[in-house]
Amino acid sequence: MNQPRNGAAKDDVLVDIRDVQFARGDRPILKGVTMAIRRGSVTAIMGGSGCGKTTLLNLIGGSLKPDSGAILVDGISVPDLSTNDLFELRKRMALLFQTGALFTDLSLFENVAFPIREHTRLPEPILRKVVLMKLETVGLRGARDLMPSELSGGMARRAALARAIALEPMMIMYDEPFTGLDPISKGVIGKLIRELNQSLGITSIVVSHDVAETCLISDYAYLMGDGRIMGEGTPAEVQRSGSEHVRQFMDGLPDGPVPYQYPAEAYLEDLTRWNKH
Amino acid sequence: MEQALNSLANLGRIFLDAIGRLGRAALFLFEVVRAARVLVRRHFLVIQQVYAVGVLTLLIILVSGLFVGMVLGLQGYNTLVRFGAEESLGLVVALSLVRELGPVVTALLFAGRAGSALTAEIGLMKATEQLAGMEMMAVNPIVRVIAPRFLAGLVAMPLLAALFSAIGVLGGHLVGVGLLGVDAGAFWSQMQDGVDFNDDIVNGVIKSAVFGFICTWIAVFEGYDAVPTSEGVARATNRTVVYSSLSVLTLDFILTSLMLGEI
Repeated sequence: MNQPRNGAAKDDVLVDIRDVQFARGDRPILKGVTMAIRRGSVTAIMGGSGCGKTTLLNLIGGSLKPDSGAILVDGISVPDLSTNDLFELRKRMALLFQTGALFTDLSLFENVAFPIREHTRLPEPILRKVVLMKLETVGLRGARDLMPSELSGGMARRAALARAIALEPMMIMYDEPFTGLDPISKGVIGKLIRELNQSLGITSIVVSHDVAETCLISDYAYLMGDGRIMGEGTPAEVQRSGSEHVRQFMDGLPDGPVPYQYPAEAYLEDLTRWNKH
Repeated sequence: MEQALNSLANLGRIFLDAIGRLGRAALFLFEVVRAARVLVRRHFLVIQQVYAVGVLTLLIILVSGLFVGMVLGLQGYNTLVRFGAEESLGLVVALSLVRELGPVVTALLFAGRAGSALTAEIGLMKATEQLAGMEMMAVNPIVRVIAPRFLAGLVAMPLLAALFSAIGVLGGHLVGVGLLGVDAGAFWSQMQDGVDFNDDIVNGVIKSAVFGFICTWIAVFEGYDAVPTSEGVARATNRTVVYSSLSVLTLDFILTSLMLGEI
């Protein structure tokens, strides 16, 4: 096996992904992805829409099983776990959905209390303290009685973050944490990811196509495209990379190795045909 | 020729899809029943849902029951008076309600009010990733979301049907005794005489329990199995009402023939 390029010692790796392949029906999504995510780091996975980033998170979280390859989280092979063991592992990791996925029938307080109520038997007064501390971390202690429908996009994402850290996981996976947020909210989320990583030692995986924000907060970055890793390194290294594919993504060029056109037959032939489609 | 083959293939596909769905629904039911054991300790989850599917459905059930009873009173009186048997009005109203109209109309209203709401709620929770989020928090949505709603439907339906029949009898009394001048004593005593506890009331309760089971099963399954888009949820809600109503009416015939033992 290749030594991971980011120079991590073996037991330093929390999530170890080796040559993972995955297809939906006949359409390959991941064509051999290898990654080593270091314990206590913020690792960015960047790439265009539909390049398999979210699929990768679902594979790490065990909602999907790879067609081939290995996925180890904290030394445990995720695809081989039984439902019970998978649920045990999931208590130690959190996934922050792009939409937040807050429970719309529960108040903010109850949303954050939900995983604590489900998995522990804390008495109500202590539970209240824990929930308020989590809400304070994301700056929403005063909004505890609001319903999710009353929150702005940025607040909903912060609330979901408070819920994700409720059980103090060893790892949080962020699925597009910056998408659809205003610059201030983006900054707040970025700062929170960094702070949680530093103060609680939470390993973070940030999946995003927001180059600027993501490079700002990450220790190591992978760039994905077409189901493969196109480049990796520290954000600075990736930004200096000469690879055409990396350049196109980092500089946001409309045409390049990733073509502007969806594959189609020749334009002229298409226009001059008689039939309707 | 090709067209004929194609339509044959389509027919086969539809049939296979239907069988597949039936199989998924059966497995789903098995999981829900298994999950229900966990809820003995967490009965407050069920009680919350009994409120949502039962208490919130109460108003429509009571109003409908009252009017159905009043119509029965009018129609029954008009027929009975021809034979000079208007004293039996109480019996006619009570038997029609307890044996048939109570369970059946309640189940149809239940499917329309509570069943569609269950499907839409669960379908939307799926579409907005709330169910997936729950699974990522190591919480089984079948235990936390589906099973409490299923049990609540089982509990609520017989109670709603009983209330429907009770208020229907009062409606019949209101019209028969209050407006048309049937003797109140005869109204009640004929009813007391003619309605058998086992043959009529217990059988009615069995019917409403079976309808409650089938309506809630369809509602939670359609929600859980919905395509997670707004169109998918709309279709699933639609299917809940159609399938529930058809199942209720078909099962009513089967149950009635079994109970009367005449076929």
